[in-house]
Parts: sequence; C-alpha cells; structure tokens
Amino acid sequence: MDEGLKSELQKAGIFTTTLNDLYNWGRGNSLWPLQFGLACCAIEMIATSMSRYDLARFGAEVFRPSPRQADLMIVSGTVTKKMAPQVVRLFKQMPSPKYVIAMGACAISGGPFKQGYNVLKGIDRYIPVDVHIPGCPPRPEALLHAIMTLQRKIAQDTLHPSRRKEEEAERIAALPVPEHGSHDLLPPKHDVLWHPEPVQRS
Amino acid sequence: MSDSSQTPIFDAREVAQALEKVFPSAQIAWEENLSPSAQHAIVLGPAHALACAQWLKKDSPWQWDFLSNVTGVDWTDEALALQAKARIKSDPSVDPESLPKEGYLEAVYHLYSINKGLGPLVLRLRTANRKNDVSLPSLTPVWRSAEFQEREIFDLFGIVFEGHPDMRRIMMWDDFEGHPMRKDFVEADDYEYEPTPHDAVLKRCQEHFADPANGRS
Repeated sequence: MDEGLKSELQKAGIFTTTLNDLYNWGRGNSLWPLQFGLACCAIEMIATSMSRYDLARFGAEVFRPSPRQADLMIVSGTVTKKMAPQVVRLFKQMPSPKYVIAMGACAISGGPFKQGYNVLKGIDRYIPVDVHIPGCPPRPEALLHAIMTLQRKIAQDTLHPSRRKEEEAERIAALPVPEHGSHDLLPPKHDVLWHPEPVQRS
Repeated sequence: MSDSSQTPIFDAREVAQALEKVFPSAQIAWEENLSPSAQHAIVLGPAHALACAQWLKKDSPWQWDFLSNVTGVDWTDEALALQAKARIKSDPSVDPESLPKEGYLEAVYHLYSINKGLGPLVLRLRTANRKNDVSLPSLTPVWRSAEFQEREIFDLFGIVFEGHPDMRRIMMWDDFEGHPMRKDFVEADDYEYEPTPHDAVLKRCQEHFADPANGRS
C-alpha cells in the first residue's frame, strides 16, 4: 500500500496494515526466551528481566523452562566443550521460528578462554546466531539493545519464506549434535554455519 | 570465651612430631616452605596416610575436623631441580643427594579445626613418580569434602585415588584423553583467527598463516 495513502487514512482514524506486518509485530513483541544460563552473563540476563531494567517492556519477560515452549535462546555465558552438545540439543528441541542471541565475549568467540583446551570458540559454530552482543559481561542495556535489534530483524521476516530460505533452514535443522572426541568436539564446527572470511596478511 | 579475641596459635611441627610418635613407621617428613607465607607442610607416606588422617581428625588434640581445600601439583624433574637449587642456596648444609630428582605428582590438603579455631594445616601426599605409579590413598572416607576435589585432581592431573567412592572425571568428558593441568600436556592444534595474537598464540598464528591451504598468505 502506498505510504502516503496510509498516512492520509491514519489521519482520518483508519489504520491499515498487512497480515505479514501484523504477524511480525506479534512475534517480535512476544518473544519467549529459554530459561537457562551458563555463566556470569546469566546474572546480567536475570538483572535485565527484573524491575530495574524491565525486559517486560519489550514483551520478552516470559522465560520458559522448556525448549518446547521457547522461541528465543539467549546463550548467556561460557560454552564449555562439555556443555556445547547440550546447548545444541536444546536449540534443536525448540520449535520454529526460533532465534538465538549470543551474549558476551565467551558465547560469541570463546572470550578470554579462546586459546584454552576446554571452551568452545563461539556458539555460532553449531547454531545460527541472529544477534551477537560483545562485552564481558554485557550490561543489561546491551541485552535490551540486542532484543530490539532482533525485533527489527523479525520485522523483515515473511510469512511465506522463499524456497531457498526453507532449504537452508532444513539443512540447518538436519545438522547433528556434536559429540565428544578425544580432545575436541566432533565435528569441531558445522561448515554450513561457520565460514569465516579468509584473512589476508603478509 | 576468655581468649577468643586472640588468634589461636599452633605449631605444625608439633603436629608432625605427634604423628610420628603415634605412627612410627608412617614415613612422615617435614617440608619447609621457603616462601614468605612460611606455610610448612607435613608429608605423609601413602601407605599410612589414611590412618594418619583418621587420627588427625578424631583422636589428635587439635581435632582437624574441616578440610577446606585439596589441590594438585605437578612436579616435573626440571621443577625439582630448580627447587633443589633454591634450597641449597638458602641452606648450604643440605645434602644435594637427599633431595628428590625424579618428578612426582602431589596432592595438597588444607585442614582447619573448627572446634579449636586452628588452621591451616597443610598435608602433602606424593606419588612415586609421574608416569606409571600415580596412585594415592583417598582421604574422602575421612573428610567427605575431598570427594569432588579428588575427582578434579584425577581429571586434571591424573592422580588415581585408591578407595575413592566414585573415581571418574568431573570437569572433562569421559572420553577425553590426557590430563590438561600436567606440565607436559599437549593441546590439540586448533588455532583460530585472532585479531591481536601475541606470545604463544602469535607463534601458532604464524604457523597457520604460512599455510596456503587455509587460504591465508
């Protein structure tokens, strides 16, 4: 619909929208995060959901104890290699559409433990991450900003995704949960999800 | 009540002497701590360590009823050589032949007495070497709080505690190979790009950047 006409109609008290926009508006403003925390970032996540920062203003305050009832995974904290398969399994148990926020330096890259023997170098090696929050730990404002960023991203969703997007979602859903090897997880990453740009350096 | 404002004083050497009197064959040794903390330790021979621990907790006048911490130490041959050098420097009368040369693994126990307000008393248990004879008696039957910490030492240092009720890894997964806190543990070469590599990471980084197969020049 023409934006000008929409605006004119609004002045007359008539609001117009599309089914797609309505759907995204509803979905973006009633996110149900999965209730789990991995490390100190979880404390900031808890603070965010309490009255001082009041995550309820953004419609994401209903933390669910079951992945079957959640559509947002906030990976808040260090993902150790021992814990990673369980995190991936929880993500796979969530119904679509689902979103992931990687919160804090550890969840996005391994953080200060990146070169260690026991910490995963970023959860985006195994699950598709929508929003990365840097910080150690990020402040509650940063998590709120991530929720708003995710809402803007959800606003771009379509009711009927293209065949290409559906195929990609199927490929990701079919990825196996990593297993524990003798020193590292097997596989160490999913190539479909994790393909960093080659770095050119002399 | 009368002297509760003062820190009670105990002499760990007295504990060692009392232990020797009760267990004459227990191979009890005295280990000076050369650092400013001067927390000297009693080294218990593994064969009688459990009996000694039982006595320390139940029957000794100090009543060491609280185990606050257990930790592991990996003494390599090189570390022992360095320590021997420092010891001879501080006390030239020490016979170099009497100092241990072959490396070993060590479990260190920190005891307190809640009843008497005393502590810490430091106990050390040593394995025969750090290769094939790496077992020690578990003190979990005496102090229950040792259970998880002994499991952690088994996981990270590879000391096998005999008599432990549940001797398996606690931090790493069961199929993990090696003991990561050992000085000679070799990490898997899983370098990933870092924007500001330095020190050991820089060295790894240079090795990986030299590899054209990774698309990096």
